[in-house]
Amino acid sequence: MKHLLSIDHLTVQEAVGILDTATELSRVNDGQLKKLPTLRGRTVVNLFAEDSTRTRISFEAAAKRLSADVINFSAKGSSISKGESLKDTAMTLQAMGADAVVIRHSASGAAQRLADNQWMSGAVINAGDGTHEHPSQAILDAFTIRKHLGKGASDLQGLHVAIVGDILHSRVARSNVLLLALLGAKVTLVAPPTLLPIGIEKWPCNVTYDFDSVLPVIDAVMMLRVQQERMTELFFPNAREYSRYYGLNAERMRKLKPTALIMHPGPMNRGLEISAEVADSARSVITEQVSNGVSVRMAILYVLLAGSPLDVGSI
Amino acid sequence: MSSKYVLKSVLLPNGDKRDIAIEDGVISAVSENFAPTSHVVIDASGSRVLPGLVDLHTHLREPGREDAETVLTGSRAGAKGGFTALSAMANTSPVADTAGVVEQVYRLGQEAGYLDVFPIGAVTKGLMGESLSEIGAMADSIAHVRIFSDDGNCVFNPLLMRRALEYVKKFGGVIAQHAQDPRLTIGSQMNEGEISARLGLKGWPAVAEEAIIARDVLLADHVKSRLHICHVTTAGGVEIIRWAKDRGINVTAEVTPHHLLLTDDRATSYDPIFKVNPPLRTSDDVHALREALAEGIIDIVATDHAPHPVESKECEWQEASFGMLGLETALSIVQKTMVDSNLMSWEQVADRMSSAPARIGGYKNQGQEIAVGSVANLVVIDASKNWQVDRDLTMSKATNTPYHGLILPGVVTHTFYKGHATVIGSIVQKIGDVQ
Amino acid sequence: MNVALSAEDISRALTRISHEILERNHGSANVVLLGIPTRGAHLALRVAEIMAKIEGTDIPCGTLDITLHRDDLRLRPPRAIMPTLIPASGIEGRDVVLIDDVLFSGRTIRSALDALGEVGRPKTVQLAVLVDRGHRELPIKADYVGKNLPSSLDQSIRVSLTEIDGRDEVVIENRKQS
Repeated sequence: MKHLLSIDHLTVQEAVGILDTATELSRVNDGQLKKLPTLRGRTVVNLFAEDSTRTRISFEAAAKRLSADVINFSAKGSSISKGESLKDTAMTLQAMGADAVVIRHSASGAAQRLADNQWMSGAVINAGDGTHEHPSQAILDAFTIRKHLGKGASDLQGLHVAIVGDILHSRVARSNVLLLALLGAKVTLVAPPTLLPIGIEKWPCNVTYDFDSVLPVIDAVMMLRVQQERMTELFFPNAREYSRYYGLNAERMRKLKPTALIMHPGPMNRGLEISAEVADSARSVITEQVSNGVSVRMAILYVLLAGSPLDVGSI
Repeated sequence: MSSKYVLKSVLLPNGDKRDIAIEDGVISAVSENFAPTSHVVIDASGSRVLPGLVDLHTHLREPGREDAETVLTGSRAGAKGGFTALSAMANTSPVADTAGVVEQVYRLGQEAGYLDVFPIGAVTKGLMGESLSEIGAMADSIAHVRIFSDDGNCVFNPLLMRRALEYVKKFGGVIAQHAQDPRLTIGSQMNEGEISARLGLKGWPAVAEEAIIARDVLLADHVKSRLHICHVTTAGGVEIIRWAKDRGINVTAEVTPHHLLLTDDRATSYDPIFKVNPPLRTSDDVHALREALAEGIIDIVATDHAPHPVESKECEWQEASFGMLGLETALSIVQKTMVDSNLMSWEQVADRMSSAPARIGGYKNQGQEIAVGSVANLVVIDASKNWQVDRDLTMSKATNTPYHGLILPGVVTHTFYKGHATVIGSIVQKIGDVQ
Repeated sequence: MNVALSAEDISRALTRISHEILERNHGSANVVLLGIPTRGAHLALRVAEIMAKIEGTDIPCGTLDITLHRDDLRLRPPRAIMPTLIPASGIEGRDVVLIDDVLFSGRTIRSALDALGEVGRPKTVQLAVLVDRGHRELPIKADYVGKNLPSSLDQSIRVSLTEIDGRDEVVIENRKQS
């Protein structure tokens, strides 16, 4: 594995390899070991052309815990905001000796363009490209589910996960559908018809417009953030109607299985797609997702950077 | 430069083997065994001769975007591809919405001297879609404009489209519509379908094109005017045009070579070399377009040659410009998709790529029958040879061809424009002083 | 290929090592065993069991994976990380006995010392190995050795344990043969 661009191009072995590595590293994180020398001397560049605090900090923490040097290149005030092209940015990073670039960008496919064009020789890690994919988020979500409900298995066979919200614009949804299906879980997408893409019939998942119908049968529910802009862009009448049909409130939470997990990639619109009560409930693993994110990102960096640069196998 | 040539043993579009003599700009003989006198003899045995190709949809970028292409470089690219006439679209800078700009483009074409450059006039001022441009003045100018198009933009306001269709009746002009409902395609990047959903690229639904085609054929019928639909890309659009023709509506349509070959799955690489307006569609659409072209429901092939500078294509998909080169590969793509697949004969190719476009544009000296007395606008193609597309070797100033590395059939060996050889041995010649 | 240690040899060696550990550390009160995965971890469990029988109390036993501290990671594709399980007693102020199957260049133990350093500060660190085959590249020495097996560099030493390989034995083979 030279890059992590998408779940689409990931094999089951690679995915499970990252999950297993993350499991060991999370033990390391929970226990006494906080810093490892493994990536000492390596430079990881965070190229965040789109604003993000949590993902960037997560990757930064992951890199630093492995003793890598981290350089942050964020949108505001950087040459990207002044119109420097992706190509020139990449060649600058190459000149700086970046071993890996973690890229978040508003253009779908930006990570792949960076990797394919060979403007730089390091590993490319997609931290979210437009509305295409967000692989590390999906991996940390799968990690969280496996940890709680996996019963020691390496995959997610037999589990049923619902993903609720703005599927049309969500890279988190795309990556999650692909990874959960790859690991053997059953996936149901829940959204109003306006927020589902044409062509979704070919995805490895079910689709329903009726949130209440899936509540009793799912093992985990993943709520997606709904952006305020969607309301002005005519996707649904108003926030009230959206919450009424697609919001996870206390009443809906009661209809879930007692073991069902409540998840959200963040940041949350408390009161819109998820009520405060639900977000703070004992069944919510939302904050745990964040710390799992660091372990998972450490695993990704380890798999891509620790081994020989010539012999890019997987675990 | 010689002006007397004879093409020996060349195959006419209908398959007959003849010698063709060219003298003083016209075809002076078409016979079985011509005895050359001071003619330059070209051994064309095994090759096919067609009337010089006529493109009704070319972006020559001059004035305003000379970094991508000029009338001169575009003419050379056209000659290389076997064209003897190009129609320069109006979305230049300044827009070709006055007699002044179209006359400038016309003169640049004459000075370059490789082929006829027929400027197309904008339908609306500045392509803004608000008021009609100086259509009459452009028609009366030395550019003698007969085709009007806002291509790049759609004439979206139905009332304005109606007025335009009516107005050009005065001089037998035609409105060429770029069918794209702007409200259904805000920020759209590629065909809306399975692939766009997977790639996270905003979709461009087929209905955005088809709804405008439907509206405009009805308008053309209502006001009894002539309509031309640019770059048809969907099976649905073909059906609407078929319906319209059945009712006797005066509509013609064009398809680009790239829409005969490429499909939307090319976008999976996110390489914006495949980003084009209208977008690449599905293989069902490609098959419908090929059949429609063979049948004549789609009347012509038009390249929509759209040169762009390197930096406009070497970036993320969303940032990239829409468009592909087309002049130098058009005939080969048509041979590959239509002739070699037995969907069309060479005679039909001559019609779709020369006579029919000439007729639609009113270009009297183009698309003539290969017969004694006709203007010598000819292209000779060796259909049995293959060649490899190399973006660094284009005659065009730009390099944005989607076919780089592809091996295509059919090598243009000679192009004749008004009896002068613009291409000899596949090499574009120097014409006049302007190089 | 010849068998350097049979199953009985291994069993006797582990028993002797267990006694030696107890002797040197004056009992088991302060001892923590950490096996280095993969086979060292199983050996540690065996030693813990033997010591527990002798002393009549449970012996804290865990694993210490050294993958992340290796100095040769860049030479091969990424290696799988094995579990690191430090017993609840921790290692602060303890006499930690690292247990591995073969002591060779000493680099694994060097990595283990680094890894241990991140966990805490033991009172002492001791090393028990089933086989010492010489050819040290670093100044590392084992405190408890099952068997010294001088070998040449073109030979390989293969340790098999029932838990993983289905039988207990240690064999030496020439590289060309295998």
